[in-house]
Amino acid sequence: MRNRRCAVDKRLRQLIRGDKRVIAQTITTVENATDPKVLEQIFPHTGKAYHIGITGPPGAGKSTLVNVLCQHLLTDGKKIGIIAVDPTSPFSGGALLGDRVRMTDLSLHKDVYIRSMGSRGSLGGLAQKTKDVALVLDAAGMDYVFIETIGVGQVELDIAQVCDTTVVVLVPESGDSIQAMKAGLLEIADILVVNKGDREGSDRFMLELKFAFELREQVTGWDFPILKTIATKPEGIPELGAAIAAHRSYLEGCGMLEKARKIKLKRRIHELIENRISSHLREHMIGEHELDTMLDKMYRRKLNPFRVAARIADRIIRPQ
Amino acid sequence: MARKIRVLVGKPGLDGHDRGAKVVAAALRDAGMEVIYTGLHQTCESIVEAAIQEDVDVIGLSILSGAHMTLFPKVLNLLKKRHASDIVVIGGGIIPQADMKKLEKKGVKKLFGPGTPTSEIITWIQEATVKKRSRPKRGTVKPTKKLRQKAAVKRRSGKKSARQKKKPKHKKK
Amino acid sequence: MKKDIWKEKTKTCNERDATFTTVSGIPVKVLYTPDDLSDFSYDHDLGYPGEFPFVRGVYTNMYRGRLWTMRQFSGFGTAKDTNKRYKYLLKHGQTGLSVAFDFPTLYGRDSDDPFSRGEVGKCGVAIDTLRDMEILFSGIPLDQISTSMTINPPAAMLLAMYIVVGEKQGVPSNILTGTIQNDMLKEYQAQKTWIYPPKQSMRIITDIMAYCSEHVPKWNTISISGYHIREAGSTALQELAFTLKNGFCYVEHGMKAGLSVDAFAPRLSFFFNSHLDFFEEVAKYRAARRIWARLMQDKYNAQNPRSYLLRFHTQTAGCTLTAQQPENNIMRTAYQALAAVLGGTQSLHTNSMDETYALPTENAVKIALRTQQLIAYETGVVNTIDPLGGSYFVEELTNELERGAYKYFERIDKLGGVIKAIEKGFFQKEISRSAYEYQRKLERKEKFQVGVNIFEEDEQPKIEILKIPRAVETAQIRQLKKIKRERNGRKVREALKELRRAAEGGENLMPKIIACVRVYATLGEMCGTLKEVFGEYHEPIIF
Ligand SMILES: Nc1nc2c(ncn2[C@@H]2O[C@H](COP(=O)(O)OP(=O)(O)O)[C@@H](O)[C@H]2O)c(=O)[nH]1
Ligand SMILES: [Mg+2]
Repeated sequence: MRNRRCAVDKRLRQLIRGDKRVIAQTITTVENATDPKVLEQIFPHTGKAYHIGITGPPGAGKSTLVNVLCQHLLTDGKKIGIIAVDPTSPFSGGALLGDRVRMTDLSLHKDVYIRSMGSRGSLGGLAQKTKDVALVLDAAGMDYVFIETIGVGQVELDIAQVCDTTVVVLVPESGDSIQAMKAGLLEIADILVVNKGDREGSDRFMLELKFAFELREQVTGWDFPILKTIATKPEGIPELGAAIAAHRSYLEGCGMLEKARKIKLKRRIHELIENRISSHLREHMIGEHELDTMLDKMYRRKLNPFRVAARIADRIIRPQ
Repeated sequence: MARKIRVLVGKPGLDGHDRGAKVVAAALRDAGMEVIYTGLHQTCESIVEAAIQEDVDVIGLSILSGAHMTLFPKVLNLLKKRHASDIVVIGGGIIPQADMKKLEKKGVKKLFGPGTPTSEIITWIQEATVKKRSRPKRGTVKPTKKLRQKAAVKRRSGKKSARQKKKPKHKKK
Repeated sequence: MKKDIWKEKTKTCNERDATFTTVSGIPVKVLYTPDDLSDFSYDHDLGYPGEFPFVRGVYTNMYRGRLWTMRQFSGFGTAKDTNKRYKYLLKHGQTGLSVAFDFPTLYGRDSDDPFSRGEVGKCGVAIDTLRDMEILFSGIPLDQISTSMTINPPAAMLLAMYIVVGEKQGVPSNILTGTIQNDMLKEYQAQKTWIYPPKQSMRIITDIMAYCSEHVPKWNTISISGYHIREAGSTALQELAFTLKNGFCYVEHGMKAGLSVDAFAPRLSFFFNSHLDFFEEVAKYRAARRIWARLMQDKYNAQNPRSYLLRFHTQTAGCTLTAQQPENNIMRTAYQALAAVLGGTQSLHTNSMDETYALPTENAVKIALRTQQLIAYETGVVNTIDPLGGSYFVEELTNELERGAYKYFERIDKLGGVIKAIEKGFFQKEISRSAYEYQRKLERKEKFQVGVNIFEEDEQPKIEILKIPRAVETAQIRQLKKIKRERNGRKVREALKELRRAAEGGENLMPKIIACVRVYATLGEMCGTLKEVFGEYHEPIIF
C-alpha cells in the first residue's frame, strides 16, 4: 500500500511537471473513469489554466486556426494543451480523429500537448469527459487549454461552457444559415471569427454579422469583436490573440472570471450528484430483471409506464 | 463502458499511396476503435510523438515506398528512447517476405501483406490490445531498477511464448 | 414477339447466387439487344476511325498502320543501373522508354535530404542533377526513341534536363518526342505527390505548355492521368469523369493564360488504367474519346481536329495484382492489356507478376512485355478496328458511362470547378469511399479475387525478388557531393536567383530552369527555391 502511495505521488509529480507520457496515460484513465481517485488527487493543482473553446461547423478551419494561434502564443513561452474532439460514428462507436493533421507544426513542440477525443456514448457524456481531460491538462501546468469541438449539437454547446473564452469560427459559406445559428451557436460566442477571409463573400458576411450583433454589447458590457482571419496564410492571428487577451482582462477586471468559474463549479457539483444518483439507481434500485418482467407487462398493456415510474421513484424519494 | 482501443494509423516517409491506410482506418473505426490518422508524409519523430500524446495501444504504419527497412526500425528506436516500447507496432505495404522476418525480429509485432482482409487486422489488434493491457504497469511509472528487471524478465518470457504459439500458424494469410 | 417469349422463359431459370454488376458496381443485364440502343445513330454516335467523334479510334487505320507503343515503365537504383535495364528492354523489342523516378526525385528532394533516408533508388531511379540524366540516357539516341517521364511537381526540371541532354547529344529540342506526366490535379486528388499549392502548380504547368508549344513542339506536355485515380480506389466512372474534367481544367487554364486552344490542346495526352472488368474498360476508353471530342468542339471551340483527339497511354491495374499465387497476375494483366488494345490505346505498359513484392525482376518484365507482343502478333485482334463496336452491350455501357460522366461534371461545376472541389476534398472523399466500398465487397464475397478470397492456397509463393542494395543510397549521395564540389558555385547561385526572380514575377520559368540545369543546380535546389516563393501544399484530409 505504501508502495502504491509512493508510486502515485511520483506519478502526480511527473504529471505536474508536464511529462507527456504521464499526461497521456492519466487522460486515458480519466476518460475511462477507471480510477475515480485520480481527479481528486489532481484537483488541488488545477485552476491556473485559461480555457479557450474553439467551435464552429466542420471544415471551418478550426484546427488550422488553433495551429497558427498557438504558434503565436508560444512565442511568449507559454505552455499549451489542446483537446480536439471529433464526432464518433453513431453506428460503431469508433472514430476517425484527424485534427492532428492540421497541427503537425505544433506536434513536436516541447510546450505543446495535443489530444484527440472521440465523442463517446452516453454514459458520463462527452462534455463531462472533456472537462475531466481539461482538468488533467490544467494540472499538468498548461497556461492555455484549447478545446476544439464541432458546433452543431447540444453537447458541443455544453463543452463550450467549460471555457473561459469561447471563439466561434464561421466561414463565408455559413452566411446562409446565420438565422438558424443565432439561436444556438452564436449565443455562446465571446469572439466571432470569420475564417477563410480569402474566400468570396467574406466582407459581405462580416457586415451582415456586425449588423446582426450591433445590440449585443450593450447587454453584456463586453465589446463583442467580429474578426476576419485567413488561417492558411496566416492573417489576422495576432488580432485574434489580442481579442482573447482582451476578453480575459475584461472578465478579470469585473470579477466575472471568478464568478463564472464558480457557476461552473456549481454546475459540476450538480452533474456529479446526478451522475452518482442515476448510476446508483441503475445499479441498485431497478434491477434489470425486475424491469424486464415489468416491461413485458407494459408491452401487453397490463401495466403503464407512468405508474411504474412513479412507484419506483417514490420508493427512492420516500423510503419506508 | 469498455475502454476503447486507440490506434494510430500513420504514413511515414514520402510515398503518397494512402488507399490502404485509409481503408484500414475506416475499417477499424467501423469496428469501434478510435483511430488517429496522421496524414501523409510524416516523420518518424512526429508519429512517435503523436502516439505517445494520444496514448494509443497500437501504431499501424503503411509503407509502400520500399523504405520499410529504414522507417520501421527508426520508429521502434524512438519508442524505446521514450520508454514507450509497450506500444504495439504493426504495419502493412509492399514488404518482401525476407524483410518481414527481419522486421519482426526487430520488434515489429505483425506485418500484413497485400490482400489481407481488414477483418483479420481487426481481430489481431483486438487480441493484441487485450494482451497488452493485461500486462502489469504498462511502463507508466518509471519503475525502480528491481521492478524494471522483473518486468523485463516477464516481458521477455511473455514474448517468447507468444512467438511459440504463432509458429505452427506460420502459413501465410 | 420473340423477345417476350425469351423473357418469359428467363423467369423460370434459376440464376447463380452472384452479383451481376461491373467491378465498379454498374448493374449488368442478362442480355442486351437493339432495344437498349433505341435512338442510336451510327454516324452521329460512332462515326469512323479518325473521324468525329472518334469513338472507334483516333487514327484512320489504327493498328493496321502502326501498333501501339510498347512502353514498360521502369527505373531503379542509380542512373547507371537503369540505363542498363533500358538497353535490355530495347534489345527485347520495346519501342519507347518510360522513366520511373524514386520518391525523393518525385518530390523534388535531393538524395542527401533527411526526408530521403531509405528511399533513394528504391521505387525508381534517383536523379539529383543533369549528370544523372546524362548517364541515364547514355548510348540511347534521343532522336530515335520517345521517352515518357512520370514526374509531376518537378516536371519542368526533368524536362529541362532532358532537353539539355538532347543538346549534348546534338539533338535539337524541336525534334524531341515524349511525354511528361505533369498532371498536378490528379496528384491533389489521388496520388498525393505535391510540393506547391494548386494555383502555383497550375502556373508552372501553363509555363511548360507555353514554352513547349514554341520550342519542343512534339512533346506531350501533360499526360492527364486517370491511372492513379483508379489505383487510389475509384470506380471506372469516377476515373473517366475526374480525368476528363481535369483535362478540361487544363484547357481552361491554358486559355486563361492567353494561349490559343489549338496551340496546346493537340499536345495534351491521357493516361488510363486498365482494370479487371473487361467490357467496362473498353467502354470507358470509347466514352472518353467521344466526350473529349464533343466538348473540345462545342464548349472550347477548338478548330484544329488534332485538338479533338484523345490519345492515351494505358497501364494495367497495379492494384489488381495479388501477392497470393503471383503467377495469376500474368493472366490478369493479359486480359487487362487486351481490353486496352480493344479500346484503342496508343501505348501500353503491362505490369509484371511480382510487383506486389518489389520492383520487377528482368524475367518478370520480359514476360509482361511478351504478353503485349502476343496480343499484337498472335491473337489477330489487331486486324480490324474497334472490333467490339456495335456490340449492344458495349455501346450501351459506353453511353451509360458517358451519361454518368456528365453528371459528375455538373456536380464539380456546382462546387466551383476542379480546384475548388479539391480544396473541399470532394474527389478525395469520393475516391476513398469507393475504395472502402470495394474492400467491403471483397470481404463480403460479392466481388472476388482468385487466390485471395476464393480458391485460396496455403502455400507460400516462391518468387525471386529484385533487391535494391543500401549501397545505392550512399553511392548516389557520394556522386551528388562530388558534383557539388566540382561545379561552379557562383554560377549556380546566380541561376537560382534568376529563377526566384522569375517565380516572384510572371516570367516563364522554363528558360530559367534550363539555365539552372546547365550549371548543375540540383533538383532540390531548384524546387526549394520555388517552394520558398510559392509555399507548400497541405492536404485537406477528409475521409
Ligand atoms: N482558403 C482557406 N482555407 C482554409 C483556411 N483555413 C483553413 N482552411 C482549409 O479548410 C480545410 C479544413 O480545415 P480544418 O482546420 O480541418 O477545419 P475544421 O474541421 O474546422 O477543424 C483545410 O483544407 C484547410 O486547409 C483559410 O483561411 N482559407
Ligand atoms: Mg478540426
